Amino acid sequence: MKPFRYERADDASGAVAMLAGAPGGAFIAGGTNLVDLMKLEVATPDVLVDVKRLTSDRIEELPDGGLRIGAAVSNSDLAADRTIRRRYRVLSEALLSGASGQLRNVATTGGNLLQRTRCVYFQDVTTPCNKREPGSGCSAREGFNRELAIFGWSDACVATHPSDMAVAMAALDAVVLTHGPNGQRRIPLTDLHRLPGEEPERDTVLEHGELITAVDLPPLGFATRSRFRKVRDRASYAFALVSVAAALDVADGVVRDARIALGGVAHKPWRATRAEEALRGAPATERSFREAAGAELAGARPLPGNAFKVPLARGAMVRTLLDLVEESQ
Amino acid sequence: MTVEVEITLRVDGAEHRLTVDSRTTVLDALRDRLGITSPKKGCDHGQCGACTVLLDGRRANSCLALAVAHQGAEIVTAAGLGRDGNLHPLQRSFIEHDAFQCGYCTPGQIVSAVGMLQEAEAGWPSAVSGDSSRDGVALNDEEIRERMSGNLCRCAAYANIVSAIAEVVRR
Repeated sequence: MKPFRYERADDASGAVAMLAGAPGGAFIAGGTNLVDLMKLEVATPDVLVDVKRLTSDRIEELPDGGLRIGAAVSNSDLAADRTIRRRYRVLSEALLSGASGQLRNVATTGGNLLQRTRCVYFQDVTTPCNKREPGSGCSAREGFNRELAIFGWSDACVATHPSDMAVAMAALDAVVLTHGPNGQRRIPLTDLHRLPGEEPERDTVLEHGELITAVDLPPLGFATRSRFRKVRDRASYAFALVSVAAALDVADGVVRDARIALGGVAHKPWRATRAEEALRGAPATERSFREAAGAELAGARPLPGNAFKVPLARGAMVRTLLDLVEESQ
Repeated sequence: MTVEVEITLRVDGAEHRLTVDSRTTVLDALRDRLGITSPKKGCDHGQCGACTVLLDGRRANSCLALAVAHQGAEIVTAAGLGRDGNLHPLQRSFIEHDAFQCGYCTPGQIVSAVGMLQEAEAGWPSAVSGDSSRDGVALNDEEIRERMSGNLCRCAAYANIVSAIAEVVRR
């Protein structure tokens, strides 16, 4: 690990100012991903600004009926929160399907969103990787890409975003609150992460020194009927090959509204807007669900090693939607 | 260039003051600086759970925790679980159920199980709990396996680890 200075600030503004003056620095909260990347020398910050105690670790009601999740809320506290479990079940399920009990106790909401890809080449400094070292090339494009993207990748990068939590938040229309060198702003979660394009080194639209302070969940009545399904190589403690977060509003056998996002398929949580459009007004049947999944997956461009993800994502979407219908009967 | 920082850690009830390089993890501080070797270094990347300790009351991978970020932390290791010279019930149950072979992952398994039982006691659901909007956790074998999935055992003593924990749940 490269040497670094460790700093604490008195408040969020102080931390933002500190990092703005340290171009090679980074924020640290739980550190479960960052410390690992520092050991691998994938991340080599010269200053760490500890923000663990500078943002809220509480979940609060918003006047519009939504919830505000402080950036420092741990993944385990968020998953176990009774209001989250009742109103946004998909979010609790997504969190519980990720990492291990030990990691969820330490990992924070803000940090979970900003974790880096688990592409093996990104984590191996002996191989070319445009995300880690811009311009060096992509080893995964022609290499081991079984776990990587089927949507939205570029010739420069085929990495996937590893978070489960972010997939559920994408389906729930969450909004990310930040405090940066240029003030505060609200970013729809689906706009936080970027597609790789020509700049795969930039995972998100955040500026250097911009701190996530909270995530807002807008009210969504039918999210009480929502599910997360994760498909992976082992039963527990593995990243998703494909995941589905879905909420379904069905009345008299007809889909009134739907929210669907896919994980493990792109550089960002993939909101399945084509599938949602196909579902609105359609009968809540397996046939409609197959057509909706097909509409979304028509845009997929699998890599040589991951063509299996297309039928896998189709099956996972259909099964998740059927589960939601069966539950409502 | 190294950066030295003075910190205090409370480990198994005893307070320790030490000066560490900012890069030092809690695991390395415990093992290499304080000679507290019950947390083990397995993968050193948060993937195996051998380094599990209770960090301010919750189970955590000490290999991914920077010591400087845990100034003043209260740490419990497997060596600090017993009371008055008696083994912790989970430690006894691991022996009775032959829940290890080489033993290297065992301290992490036992501390993780202690934390896991507290989490279940608090009503935390797991990925296999079904309807997570409902309260109450019945720790059957499937629940124990899921909740302990952050602790690997390369001797594959899993079957007996699950029965050792299940025995303590039944009591």
